[in-house]
Amino acid sequence: MKEKAKILDKDAIGRSLMRISHEILEKNKFTKDLVIVGIRNRGAYLAQRLAKSIERISKKLPPVGILDITLYRDDLTQIGPQPVVHKTEIDFDISDKAVILVDDVLYTGRTVRCALDELIDFGRPKSIQLAVLVDRGHRELPIKADYVGKNIPTSKRENVEVRLQEVDGKDEVVILEKD
Amino acid sequence: MALLIKGGRLICPKNKIDGIFDILIEKQKIISIQKEIKTEGVRSIDARGKIVSPGLVDIHTHLRIPGREDEETLYTGSLAAGKGGFTTVLCMPNTSPPIDNRMTVSGILDEARKIDLVNILVCGTITKRREGKEISDFGELKEAGCVAVSDDGEPVKDSSVMRRAIEYAKMPSLLVISHCEDKDLSSYGCIHEDKISTILGLRPIPEIAETIFVAREIELSRYLNSHIHLSHISLARSIELIRRAKEEKISISCDTCPHYFTLTNESTKTYDTNTKVNPPLRTEKDKEAIKRALKEGIIDCISTDHAPHTQAEKELEFEKAPFGVIGLETALSLGITELVEKGILGLSQLIEKMSLNPARLLGLKNKGSLSEGSDADIVIFDPNKEWIVKKEEILSKSKNSPFIGWKLRGVVEHTICRGKIVYKG
Amino acid sequence: MAVWRRKHLLGLEDLTKEEIELILNTAESFKEISVREVKKVPTLRGKTVVLLFFESSTRTRTSFELAAKRLSADTVSLSSTTSSVTKGESLLDTAKNIEAMNIDFIVIRHQASGAAYLLSKIVSPSVINAGDGFHEHPTQALLDLFTIREKKKKIEGLNVSIIGDISHSRVARSNIYGLKKLGANVCVCGPPTLIPKDIEKLGVKITYDIREAIIEADVLNVLRLQLERQKENLFSSLKEYIRLFGIDKEKLKEVKKEVLIMHPGPVNRGIELSTDVADGQYSVILDQVTNGIAVRMGILYLLSGVKEEI
Repeated sequence: MKEKAKILDKDAIGRSLMRISHEILEKNKFTKDLVIVGIRNRGAYLAQRLAKSIERISKKLPPVGILDITLYRDDLTQIGPQPVVHKTEIDFDISDKAVILVDDVLYTGRTVRCALDELIDFGRPKSIQLAVLVDRGHRELPIKADYVGKNIPTSKRENVEVRLQEVDGKDEVVILEKD
Repeated sequence: MALLIKGGRLICPKNKIDGIFDILIEKQKIISIQKEIKTEGVRSIDARGKIVSPGLVDIHTHLRIPGREDEETLYTGSLAAGKGGFTTVLCMPNTSPPIDNRMTVSGILDEARKIDLVNILVCGTITKRREGKEISDFGELKEAGCVAVSDDGEPVKDSSVMRRAIEYAKMPSLLVISHCEDKDLSSYGCIHEDKISTILGLRPIPEIAETIFVAREIELSRYLNSHIHLSHISLARSIELIRRAKEEKISISCDTCPHYFTLTNESTKTYDTNTKVNPPLRTEKDKEAIKRALKEGIIDCISTDHAPHTQAEKELEFEKAPFGVIGLETALSLGITELVEKGILGLSQLIEKMSLNPARLLGLKNKGSLSEGSDADIVIFDPNKEWIVKKEEILSKSKNSPFIGWKLRGVVEHTICRGKIVYKG
Repeated sequence: MAVWRRKHLLGLEDLTKEEIELILNTAESFKEISVREVKKVPTLRGKTVVLLFFESSTRTRTSFELAAKRLSADTVSLSSTTSSVTKGESLLDTAKNIEAMNIDFIVIRHQASGAAYLLSKIVSPSVINAGDGFHEHPTQALLDLFTIREKKKKIEGLNVSIIGDISHSRVARSNIYGLKKLGANVCVCGPPTLIPKDIEKLGVKITYDIREAIIEADVLNVLRLQLERQKENLFSSLKEYIRLFGIDKEKLKEVKKEVLIMHPGPVNRGIELSTDVADGQYSVILDQVTNGIAVRMGILYLLSGVKEEI
């Protein structure tokens, strides 16, 4: 894979998250119980950042949880040796809460399907809303994001990679293309 | 009908012959051994490049008759013997019912005569029903045709019974064969006691289960001034005891089996029930001591302890499966591969241990050697030819060999028993 | 990070340190599932686990059953009293018949050492050894390791004493392999008649003195005493065994550290462990039971990804 283009830089990512935070608060202004749940791996860091920026605006830090969707994947029987499972960490009750589900890239929608199934196993939220940094299209399931940082039309030969300070040492979103 | 064996390398340890000779056989006897025999119109076998030796004698065979015809029959056992180069086998009496009376003995001998392949000799029990309590009627057994007595599979636990049996056996002159195992020590055990039994979690058999009885038999033999033969010796320590006894001129003889000079308890690590034998496979150190003892003549004979068991019996959990492996068809080749090829024994010494020595111990005057006038029991084999042991080619009714898939050296081409070709490769 | 490539879990003797750590790490991720509102993930939906128990066992069987169910697998339990095993059917036949019903896992508990190994050679499903004779009980050892690591935050360098009938213990053997591979110092302690030959060759220390086993220990793993061993003269009397090896408050006065008391269960109260110790501050016996489910879920998960042993 070679790098084709940089779509978002550090500032652009910061602005997107700030905008999404405002949108979330706008849409949920009558909701006392807002919780943020990120999908491992990078969705979890984005969830932390969103929670902090929501706190800056609303002076209230929503609880943050992490989902590991590995055990809900629909392709486990096909992929050979099992992928490493990490912990799901949701230390609060999600029943009757508005859950903001966060991931870095929305693509086929399968990951989000897993996450929805897993969330439901933790209780019955009032609503689940989806926030993603990048929507690159090519959905295989009827899933749509409520908050999108940036829509990036891509081809299937391409790959969108979100890099975050916490994991990758820098903030940027790039498009990679198969050689 | 006469038979001429031409041009083979004749090896006879008794007569110290090792050279190219022709042998002429007539009426079940060897009538002539010459550098070159010229006769007209006689059937002949071209033995050039082959070894011609006295037919092998197995001092320890289980043919399972009577009672376990599902495991082996006299017929299938004879075929297996022939394929392995054996012309004489001594069948052990741990049958059902045990061979402790003249009717059972004559039953077996009658059937053997009808089959008319290899010589089947019978070993009677030392005690009635193999119970270790009352000694069998040795006179009757001898008259019926027994050449030896043993409670094989069981030791005679009571030393006083064993003493009386050894004394009593002098009268009809029967070879007493001892199964050296203290059953209280080996109780429920199924594998040699050391690190491997600890790892596998199988109940162990300590080596003292064998050596204590070896020592007892030696002392009985010394005190009673009578001969005892110790079967299937497997341990370095047993050999040490026997070596000392022999140095003291105590009348002791013993045999070991190919699996004890070929395998160790390492091969039980896969829980393969075809490595479950009694005595159990021992350590590398024991294996090496066995080989040394064969070389030095401390061990007199190589027996097979051919112990057929059905597939169903062996396809069990290790602890539930019966002890024993078949051995008639692989013994000579294992001797060649493991002992001759590795420089432990010369061919002549191997033949001595598989033919002359057991024949002598059993008092078979006309067997175990190639002389004019002796029985025409002869094996012709190619000591260099290799073969692979294949389950489907095993002639024994049971296929429980740990050597399936092994490549061995030494192939029997003809086995001749009392002048008749009983096996042709 | 290690990748799991084994189809069967037969013992810990063959596993590498990395493989053991992978199981423990995976189990850690599974522990949380059992405290959810809905204690189930869909991972093994449509898979079938047969629990083939030739020896009675309540806790191991229940633990495996819950582990399988919490992964959405279907379970069928066959014990020697309900199956045709008692009718003289061989292990081979039983296994072949079960296999013909298209199942994915066989969890086997059997009184014969090597039974799980034998099974893995003759059937196609994944085989998990839930204890075979005196050979191995890998899942018990893994849950013991998991519990030690959870409580002590490490295993390397810890002093672990295994106390009791070592000869007839599959738990002891599997624990020895696992602990040694992860760098613990292992001591076995029991009467000489219950210490198997050459066990020191596995890298463990032997002592017949309970004080020596206790004094520097971080963990005491106390084994269940089979009372019928007394008839084999392997110990002289129950009274003497309790006096010499039974762990009670008095003997624990010797400990220098915060010691963990473990037991594979079921406990003979008042024999190998006094009741106050079994229920006391050091006891992690119930944590072991809780962790057993997570460990077994982790194992089922890892094995389910491997169709053919490489």
